[in-house]
Amino acid sequence: MNSLANIKAIAKRELTGYFASPVAYVFLVFFLLLNGFFTFMLGRLFERGEASLFWFFQWHPWLYLFLVPAVGMRLWAEERRLGTMELLLTMPVTSWQAIVGKFLASWAFLALALALTFPVVVTVALLGDPDDGTIICGYIGSFLLAGGYLAVSCMTSAMTRNQVISFILSVVICLFLILAGWPPVQDLLVQWAPRLAGLVASFSVIPHFQGFMRGVLDSRDVIFFLSLMVLALFATSVIIRNIRTGR
Amino acid sequence: MIKVENLVKTFGPKRAVDGVSFTVERGEVLGFLGPNGAGKSTTMRMITGFIPPTEGRVILGGFDVVENPIAAKRLFGYLPENAPAYTDMTVYGFLNFAAELRGLRGEAKKKAVHRVVEMCFLESVLYQSVDTLSKGFRHRTCFAQAVIHDPDILIMDEPTDGLDPNQKHEVRTLIKRMGEKKAIIFSTHILEEVEAACTRVIIIDRGKIVANGTPEELKRKSELAGAISVRVAGVGGDVLKAKLAALDGARKASIVREDHEVVWARVYPKTPGADGALVRAVGELALREGWRLEELHVEEGRLDEVFRSITIPETQQVPSAPR
Repeated sequence: MNSLANIKAIAKRELTGYFASPVAYVFLVFFLLLNGFFTFMLGRLFERGEASLFWFFQWHPWLYLFLVPAVGMRLWAEERRLGTMELLLTMPVTSWQAIVGKFLASWAFLALALALTFPVVVTVALLGDPDDGTIICGYIGSFLLAGGYLAVSCMTSAMTRNQVISFILSVVICLFLILAGWPPVQDLLVQWAPRLAGLVASFSVIPHFQGFMRGVLDSRDVIFFLSLMVLALFATSVIIRNIRTGR
Repeated sequence: MIKVENLVKTFGPKRAVDGVSFTVERGEVLGFLGPNGAGKSTTMRMITGFIPPTEGRVILGGFDVVENPIAAKRLFGYLPENAPAYTDMTVYGFLNFAAELRGLRGEAKKKAVHRVVEMCFLESVLYQSVDTLSKGFRHRTCFAQAVIHDPDILIMDEPTDGLDPNQKHEVRTLIKRMGEKKAIIFSTHILEEVEAACTRVIIIDRGKIVANGTPEELKRKSELAGAISVRVAGVGGDVLKAKLAALDGARKASIVREDHEVVWARVYPKTPGADGALVRAVGELALREGWRLEELHVEEGRLDEVFRSITIPETQQVPSAPR
C-alpha cells in the first residue's frame, strides 16, 4: 500500500520531469516522423498492397536502439550528477521502489509514443481489412521490446553520472541483443565456438519479437522480455547498492 | 534520539571515519566541526543510512538505520551537502514531491507545504523552476524539504554554505529555534555558527573525534581563555611587558601590537579562572606607573584557536598521502 504510493509519487515526478522540458516533445515528433519514414518510404507500405503492419513493426528493434536509450539515459545519471540520489534514497523509500517508479514512468512515456502511431493503424484499416489480433499482438510485442531496452538503459544510467556515456553503453548492449541471433553472427560463432552460439542466440530479442509481429502471442516470448527487464533492473539495484557502499 | 556507536567507514585502505560515537537528545543542537575531508559528510551519510557503515551502528529513535531503514528514515529530515534539488521541477512541485514521499496526502500535504514555504520565505519563487534559483533560494528550498514533515531529528550538512550573511543569520536563528524541540546535528566549518546555534560541539579530525563539549568548555581550552588584554598609551612596549610579567599570578605577558605611543599587550594568568585578582593588579599597576590605560578586558577564549590547536599540529607532522 505504502510502497505503491511511493512508486506512484516517484513515477509522477519522473513523468512531469519529461514534459517540463521540450525534449519530450522533440522526442515524440522525432519518433513519429521516423516511424512514418521507415514504414511508408523504406517499408513501401502502399506499394505492397498488404493490409498488415508487419512492415511497421519490422523496424522497431532498430528504431528503439537509439530512441529508448535517449529516454532512459537520464534516469539515474542525472540523479547522480545533481546529487539528488542522496536526497531520494534517504527518504523513507527503498531503492527498489525508486527503481521501479522511474522505470514505469519512462515505460509509460514510451507507451504514449507508441500509442501516437495510431494513424498507421487507421490507414491500414481504411485501405484494407487487416487482422486486428495481429496488430494488437504487434503492439504488445513492441511495448515489451521497448521495456526490455529501457531496463538496459536504466542499468547503464546507474553506472555513470554522464548521460552520454550511459547512452552509448546502452546502445552497445541493445545492439548486442539485436545481433546475437543474426545469421551472419551465428554462422561465425558456430565455427568458432559452437557451444557458445546457442547461448548467445538465446539472448537475441529478434526471434522473440518476430513471434509478436506474426500475431503469435507465445508466453515464452512474453516471459523472455519480462525476465530481461527483471534482470536488468536487478542489476540496477546492485549497481546502486555498490555506489552507496563503495566510492 | 540519535545514538551513534563506534562508527567506522573504510574506503579501500583509508579509514575515512574511525570509531565515532556520540548521542544527541531532544533539545540538543550538535555542531559537527572539522577540517575539509575529516569525515563529516561520510559520518552524516552513515547516520542517514545513505551509505552503510563498515562497522558500528546508528540508532535513530530506537530504530537501527541498517536493519530498519524505512522506520528510521521517517524520523529525520536531511539536508545533504550542496543542497541538491531536482532542477527540472518548480519549487512547489519539488516540495509536493517531498511531502508525498513523507506520506502526506490531501489537506495535510497542502498545509505542510504552506508551512515550510512561509518558514523559508519561498513565496516569491514558488512557481519558479529550481534551476533558475539563486544559490540562497535553492538552499532554502532544500532546507524546506528537510523539515516538511516536522521531523524529530534534523541532520544538515553545511546548512549555511554559500549563503549571504543575512541568510546565514536567518538559518542559524531557525536552527536554534527548532533545536528546542528537536535533536539536531549540523556540520560546518564556520566557527561563529557553532557559538551562535549549538548546545554542544564535536570536533572531528581524520575520522576521529578529537573534542566533545559545550562551546564554552571548548573555548576554555583556548590558551587565550582568561588572558587580560590591555591597551596602554605613554609607555614603551618592553617596559610594559616586563612589568606585566612580573605581576603576582601572571604566567607570562606578550606584546600584541605597538603603534607609535600606543601598545596592545596581553597577560596570561597562571591559573585560568582565578583572573579577578590579576585584573585588579593590572589596574593598580597602571595607576602606580601613571600609564594611560585605554582598554582592559578579559578574553573568553576563541574557538578558532582551539580548533587550530587541535587539528593542525598533527596534520603537519603527517605528510599528505601520495595518492
